[in-house]
Order: sequence, then C-alpha cells, then structure tokens
Amino acid sequence: MKVRVSITRKAGLSDPEGVETHRALHDLGYDEVGDVHFGRIITVEVAGKDAAEVQARVEEMCERLLANPVIEDYAVEVLG
Amino acid sequence: MTIAVVVFPGTNCEHDVVHALGVLGVSADLAWHRETDLAGASGVVLPGGFAHGDYLRTGAIARFSPVMTEVARLAEAGCPVLGICNGFQILCEAGLLPGALVANRDLRFVCRPIHVRVESTDSVLTAAATVGDVLRIPLNSYEGNYVAPAADVAALEEAGRVMLRYCDPSGAVTDPANPNGSMNAIAGIANAAGNVAGLMPHPERASEEILGSTDGRVLLESFVAAATAIPAGR
Repeated sequence: MKVRVSITRKAGLSDPEGVETHRALHDLGYDEVGDVHFGRIITVEVAGKDAAEVQARVEEMCERLLANPVIEDYAVEVLG
Repeated sequence: MTIAVVVFPGTNCEHDVVHALGVLGVSADLAWHRETDLAGASGVVLPGGFAHGDYLRTGAIARFSPVMTEVARLAEAGCPVLGICNGFQILCEAGLLPGALVANRDLRFVCRPIHVRVESTDSVLTAAATVGDVLRIPLNSYEGNYVAPAADVAALEEAGRVMLRYCDPSGAVTDPANPNGSMNAIAGIANAAGNVAGLMPHPERASEEILGSTDGRVLLESFVAAATAIPAGR
C-alpha cells in the first residue's frame, strides 16, 4: 500500500522557511497571504492488506523516526 | 583516562576534538558508530559534522546508530557526555537533551566567531567557568536555531539548565547578537544531572592561540575534569 506522510512544524515554533516565503510572496504582491508553513511529504510503500493496520504501523514509524514529535506534527494518509 | 570521540559516517570534527583534548594533555580515542561498548572511556564526545548526511533531520538517523544505546547507558550512569554542534543535534534527537535545532532564522549558514555568556556552572561543560564569563568561540552551522515547546524552555530556565547564551562582546543578550534565532538565545544546555551537555559553538576551534581564541578551553577543561573524576569501566 502507498502511504503519504505529511510532516509540519508545530504551531508557534520557529519556521524560518515559512517566514521568508511569506515575505517573498508579499514582495510579489500577494498581499492576501497570511502565515506560510513549510513541511515535508514522505511517501512510504508498505506491505499489508489492512488499511487500519498499515496506518497504525506508519504512525509508529512517524513517532520513532519520520517525524520529531517534539517539534513536528504529522498526518498519515493510506492512499491504497 | 581516555575519552571516546564518536565517529558517524559524515562526522568531520573528530580530529579537531582529539587534537584539542591532546593540547589539554588528555588522550582520546575515535569510536566508530557501530561500536557497542565504550565502558573503557571516562567521557564521550559526539563531535560536529553531518552524521548520516543529516538526512531526514539533523541527527535523526544517527540516534539509531548502535553506539547511541551505549551512549544512553553511560549518560544514565553519570558519565560525562558532550555534544558539539551536530553532536548536540544528535543528543536532542536521542532525547538525552530536550528540544531540537532547526534552520537558522535568516536561512544563512553561520560560520564566524560569536560570543556566548556562561549562565550556569552546574554541568560538565561549564563547571570550570564563572557565571557571566563571555567567551568568543566559532559557530559553524545552518541548523543552530534552538527550539522547544514554550513549556520545555520555561522548565529549562526554571531549573537553571541553560549553560550558554548568545550575547554581544560585552555580555549583553540582544536580538542582533543572537546569530540563529535560538529561543531565549540558547547556545548550550545540560540535562538535569548536569553530566550530559550540548552546545552549538565549537570550543575545540578556540583552544589554542594560533586559532585566534583560547576561550573554548575552559569548556573542554570542565569536561576533562569531570571525566577525570569518575572511574572508567562502568
């Protein structure tokens, strides 16, 4: 199964890439842009048939390695 | 007495650390990251570099290197453990120190001497220094921006576990003197017991006159004194 993991910096913690990109978008005239947040998308192929089981395994991978739970949030999406 | 200087694939400051310890008259041995027994060492240094290419996040892969189980065991046993730059990032990822290091505020790699102020002497990093000392030491990092949830930073401050803070040459902690945007200008911290410490600047690069500063020596001397004080072979 293909699983998409989206990792983002926790709200309230420094996100220098987001701040810099926000500034650049405003320089380009996109004044409607509010906060910009950077993140990372990791696609993992996992052997398994039970989507819930695969979801739980990948969430465990996020806790242990793929994300740093101290500073990052993650979302796991089983794409099938 | 010997100190283990851990080498991960991509570590690049190990020889600088061994040399600087040698200048202090201390013998140090390189320890490959696959080693699982460092019991013969009286102290462990995780030096700077780009362990495992810093893939995923700085220190994220390194924390699972076999040697880290042994480093955690020694840390728990009270052995002095020091993380410099990438080593600090690894100690944070490993959960031996709180928080994390992320990209510098201005998205610039900072490679220049900066100033830090000694905030506490309750650690293997600062025991030989004096609170208020201002040290001029090179910083060399892109991910040197210390962040942690606000409650964790407050707890660190409350417990007096901030060891070094970025400051200007007079010792004043100001925003322009904070080279990377670190929360509370934190440059170095320690665990509750004080035997595990990490810092972003490189004291080994400020340990001889020929390097332009000897201000880093007091930090390395603190570490060596702590290592000398405990028996090896635990």
